[in-house]
Amino acid sequence: MARTLKFQINGLVKMFLLSNIFNDPERMNQLVSIAQTSLYPMIEGAIKITIPLTLITFVLGLILAVLTALARLSSIKIFQIIARVYVSIIRGTPLLVQLFIIFYGLPNLGVTISPFISAIIGFSLSVGAYASEIIRAAILSTPKGQWEAGYSIGMTYTQALKRIILPQAARVSIPPLSNTFISLLKDTSLASLILVAELFRKAQEIAAKNYEFLLLYIEAAALYWILCTILSFIQGSIEDRLNRYVAK
Amino acid sequence: MINIKNLHKSFGDLDVLRGIDLEVKQGKVIVLIGPSGSGKTTFLRCLNLLEVPTDGTIEIDQTIMDFSKPVKKKSITSFRSLTGMVFQSYNLFPHKTALENVMEGPIIVKNIAKHEAKEKATALLTKVGLGEKVDFYPFQLSGGQQQRVGIARALAMEPKVMLFDEPTSALDPELVGDVLQVMKDLAKEEGMTMIVVTHEMRFAREVADEVIFMDEGKIMERGTPDQIFTNPKEARTRKFLNMIQ
Repeated sequence: MARTLKFQINGLVKMFLLSNIFNDPERMNQLVSIAQTSLYPMIEGAIKITIPLTLITFVLGLILAVLTALARLSSIKIFQIIARVYVSIIRGTPLLVQLFIIFYGLPNLGVTISPFISAIIGFSLSVGAYASEIIRAAILSTPKGQWEAGYSIGMTYTQALKRIILPQAARVSIPPLSNTFISLLKDTSLASLILVAELFRKAQEIAAKNYEFLLLYIEAAALYWILCTILSFIQGSIEDRLNRYVAK
Repeated sequence: MINIKNLHKSFGDLDVLRGIDLEVKQGKVIVLIGPSGSGKTTFLRCLNLLEVPTDGTIEIDQTIMDFSKPVKKKSITSFRSLTGMVFQSYNLFPHKTALENVMEGPIIVKNIAKHEAKEKATALLTKVGLGEKVDFYPFQLSGGQQQRVGIARALAMEPKVMLFDEPTSALDPELVGDVLQVMKDLAKEEGMTMIVVTHEMRFAREVADEVIFMDEGKIMERGTPDQIFTNPKEARTRKFLNMIQ
């Protein structure tokens, strides 16, 4: 086993040395020019599809998540059951399979949905299920006295929830929700498999023509990484803002 | 002003309040004492309907709630507005400044214009000695200051009755005085009707019109502070007072 591994690593190193691109200026120039010309369609895919898809989905998913969390916490049994079943199905089945059912499966029932809308539906349902658990935990972590203080100055359930509980729950849930957001951004690459022309599909299309798979996929990876890094910075500044009322 | 008849509250099999009858006249200050588990906090929370009683009636300022029948959410909210509650652990809203804590009820519940609410809240905070601290967040205030914000927040809703649930027992000893002073002023200058659960005997002697000793979910003994503290009739009252003094 260890021997095979060693053999394979040796093979890779040899291949790399033999390809010898660093000593071949012509090949080097060719790669640089492919990288440059492919950058534009990939960034276009990111700006026109990946980013809007991520943002729209996250907002819809969060709304769904808050509703699901409230249903889980509600005293009405049927709401609890619906929320539990929804979360269980979404978390218990692969996202790619869900996307396939929506895009390739539903037409069998006469329901045809465009790739982009299919992706929005699929990803929103997914975010809604995962984030609902985060929000439920955040609501439960707010002390009971906060509800009572709200009620004691005459608030209704909805007023106390909106004005007192959710703002405090938001602070607690920012770090885990940022995780969900970053995962979502990367998961949108799955939409390439239901024909959505996002960043990764652009990379696939170009690579299919010129066979530079390694270069284009690394380029796509780099773009995702840059987007995620920007998101992490935004997360940091939101956290700072929401932490202004907490003792340090 | 307040008229309570045959008030019962049970949690499952546990009977916490077992028939309380109490009448309180306008402007009177009642101090409730009793061992832990005697039901005094539950009684207070029942008046504010944070706990809904299982039986009996409460009348406050000519509004009657009958708990022998199921009560509607709407009537709970409107009945609750007759009383203001001050909590042992303050329960200020941590994401709002002192001023915003006090303005919240008038703006959200009473739909009062923002500038008007701000004016009133500033005046209330000044009255409780926190005119300089209006823009501070709760975590920047001492326990005593937080509790005074709590009192201002309750007063902002203009309740007919103020309920205090051990308002000073979470405070460091040197901070108790300021809070009690605010409560004294409220009773003496404003003539506020108040029901106070506390073990501050000096406060009870100076301010209370009546002291009520509760045990096992019932009122065991009631009288003027002097009667209760110097000459209690019931053996259990005596035993309790010996333990805390």
